[in-house]
Amino acid sequence: MISMSIVKRKPLPGWVLLIIPVAAVFVTLLITSIPIIIAGGNVFKAYGALFYGALGSKFNLLETFVKASPLVLTGLAVAFAFRAKFWNIGAEGQLFAGAIAATWVGVYFTWLPSFLVLPLMILFGFFAGGLWATIPAFLKTKLKVDDVVTTLLLNYVIFHIMGALLFGPMQMPGSSWPRSASIMEAGFYPVLIARSRFHLGIIISLVAIAVIWYINKKTVFGYQSRGVGINIEAAKFGGINTGMVILKTAIISGGLAGLAGVGEIAAIHHNLMMDVSTGYGYTGIVIAMLGNLHPVGVALAAFFFSVVSVGAQTMSRVAGIPIYITGIIEGVSLMTMLVFILLTEYKIRWTKS
Amino acid sequence: MMSEIFSVAFITGLIGATLRMSTPIILATLGEIITERSGVLNLGIEGTMLFGAALGFLTTLATGNLWLGVFVAALGGIALSLLMAVLAVYLGLSQHVSGLGITLFASGLAMFIYRLVVGSPIVPPVITPFTPVAIPLLSRIPILGGSFFTQYSLTYITWALIPLVSIFLFKTRAGLRVRTIGQNPFAADTVGVNVNLTRTLSLAAGGAFFGVAGAFLTLAHQNMFLIDVIGGRGWIAIAMTIFGNWNPLMGAVGALIFGFLDAFQLRMQTLGVDLPFHIFLMIPYLITILALISVSRKATVPAGLLKPYRREDKGG
Repeated sequence: MISMSIVKRKPLPGWVLLIIPVAAVFVTLLITSIPIIIAGGNVFKAYGALFYGALGSKFNLLETFVKASPLVLTGLAVAFAFRAKFWNIGAEGQLFAGAIAATWVGVYFTWLPSFLVLPLMILFGFFAGGLWATIPAFLKTKLKVDDVVTTLLLNYVIFHIMGALLFGPMQMPGSSWPRSASIMEAGFYPVLIARSRFHLGIIISLVAIAVIWYINKKTVFGYQSRGVGINIEAAKFGGINTGMVILKTAIISGGLAGLAGVGEIAAIHHNLMMDVSTGYGYTGIVIAMLGNLHPVGVALAAFFFSVVSVGAQTMSRVAGIPIYITGIIEGVSLMTMLVFILLTEYKIRWTKS
Repeated sequence: MMSEIFSVAFITGLIGATLRMSTPIILATLGEIITERSGVLNLGIEGTMLFGAALGFLTTLATGNLWLGVFVAALGGIALSLLMAVLAVYLGLSQHVSGLGITLFASGLAMFIYRLVVGSPIVPPVITPFTPVAIPLLSRIPILGGSFFTQYSLTYITWALIPLVSIFLFKTRAGLRVRTIGQNPFAADTVGVNVNLTRTLSLAAGGAFFGVAGAFLTLAHQNMFLIDVIGGRGWIAIAMTIFGNWNPLMGAVGALIFGFLDAFQLRMQTLGVDLPFHIFLMIPYLITILALISVSRKATVPAGLLKPYRREDKGG
């Protein structure tokens, strides 16, 4: 019988680690050409359409940035939480919380000087997401309730809170649909490049990447947060208030997801609806893992997913491949990347016995 | 309104709906309990259920055979669980991440296949779903007989599976092996249990349960496939696994409570209670969280859960 075992390998040279993501993308596209062929598509034409749709013109490229903006934020949100082993599967709900808060400010705070509307939307959105994330963090640290399950269930709770608000106090007067009134124009993210949707929120996402990198690398809190993730008992023994670290981690994580919600309101929809997110919070989980929980990795992964998501629309139109291929590509890319990362540290040995 | 709530028709209707709506959650919970008892958390559950729902529906749509649909759904669930086994058992990757990856992949695949087969018609295709089967005599018991014993065959099978899974886990040698590798894989290995193989088989069994749970929703509960047909029921099953302390009977009780709350909120909506219906939709999730809070302090998690087994790490 042949048996398999996994053994540690010697560290690989740096250039191999740089090639890994590229190789993983290549293998992913190779695997996902199977469903494209089954759907009767021409693989080269389909992938050509995918990349042209996402990167082929200045406008397409800018649209890809627009799409990447919320993905960067939810990806960072999840990565920051996972780094501390706070299993936040609730970025989707925290995004809703941020979107609700931003809409509230944007629609009802009409007495504000107009230059304060947008800053306050951002502030409220950040803390709404952050506070929503403290619930599972508190339940985890104080009552030992599993965070995976509570963050997931709370997504449904806030979704229905949003529904109750949109059929109740926040419903647009005269509308029978669950939608809010439009926010004030002072609350729109300004468009930075003419004849496109390239908006301020994209800059905010880029800043967030730098800030999270800084927190991780240069601050005591970033170091403690990592320590809690690696070994919570050792961190406790070393005198770290682990409960407080997890709580702060949750606020930052939820806050980032909340900012993604702010962006959907301030830049895209300008009012709140039930479908304000197309699963950005869940996609953020995969992006965080693909990026190996590193802010720069998250940025690259978010960009790749954005390419797939924007390009798939063109691919669907040109090559007749159902748009749901995006989910398959995303899932396969995650699994491929996981295996590749594993193979950088371990090797598989087959032995006859 | 109170008189309506306490009428016999309301209560029997509520009980019948509770038993129906809890069926997929009980099935999924049983599957997850087997899997987690062996030391593997399968977060692929939600996507696996959607995959089962799609495969079951499409098979029945093509053949008109409902039981063939159930069978193919089970096979689909097994296939995805084997993929999970490769990632999380043999390669020892993070169970959280592998599972979420499976959910993403399986959901995409389910919707992709559905679109490929049916296209995008204005009216989605429907099948002739399972009809409730009245059990002779028992269903004639006054008042409650009708709601308890006029259920889908799959619901009866699910009830039978609750004690069967219990007996398997706690009274058979195979069940002992599953529980041992979930508690202490190193000890199990030294007495000659093939840890990875047993985990794979447990995952496969769980996957079959997930697939059928999904198919119940498209072949009995409804007669069509909708993208949000699972609606978080897989995550609820994960919660019920913890609530039931990894015990099939208690897990099923939790699933029944959730089914009851779900059925109750639907009826409250139709009675025209003057509250936004989203408040009612929220209640089952809130109560599930409260239930988890009440049990979590004394939960006895299988000690080997989340830990990949590598013989080389002995003692680690």
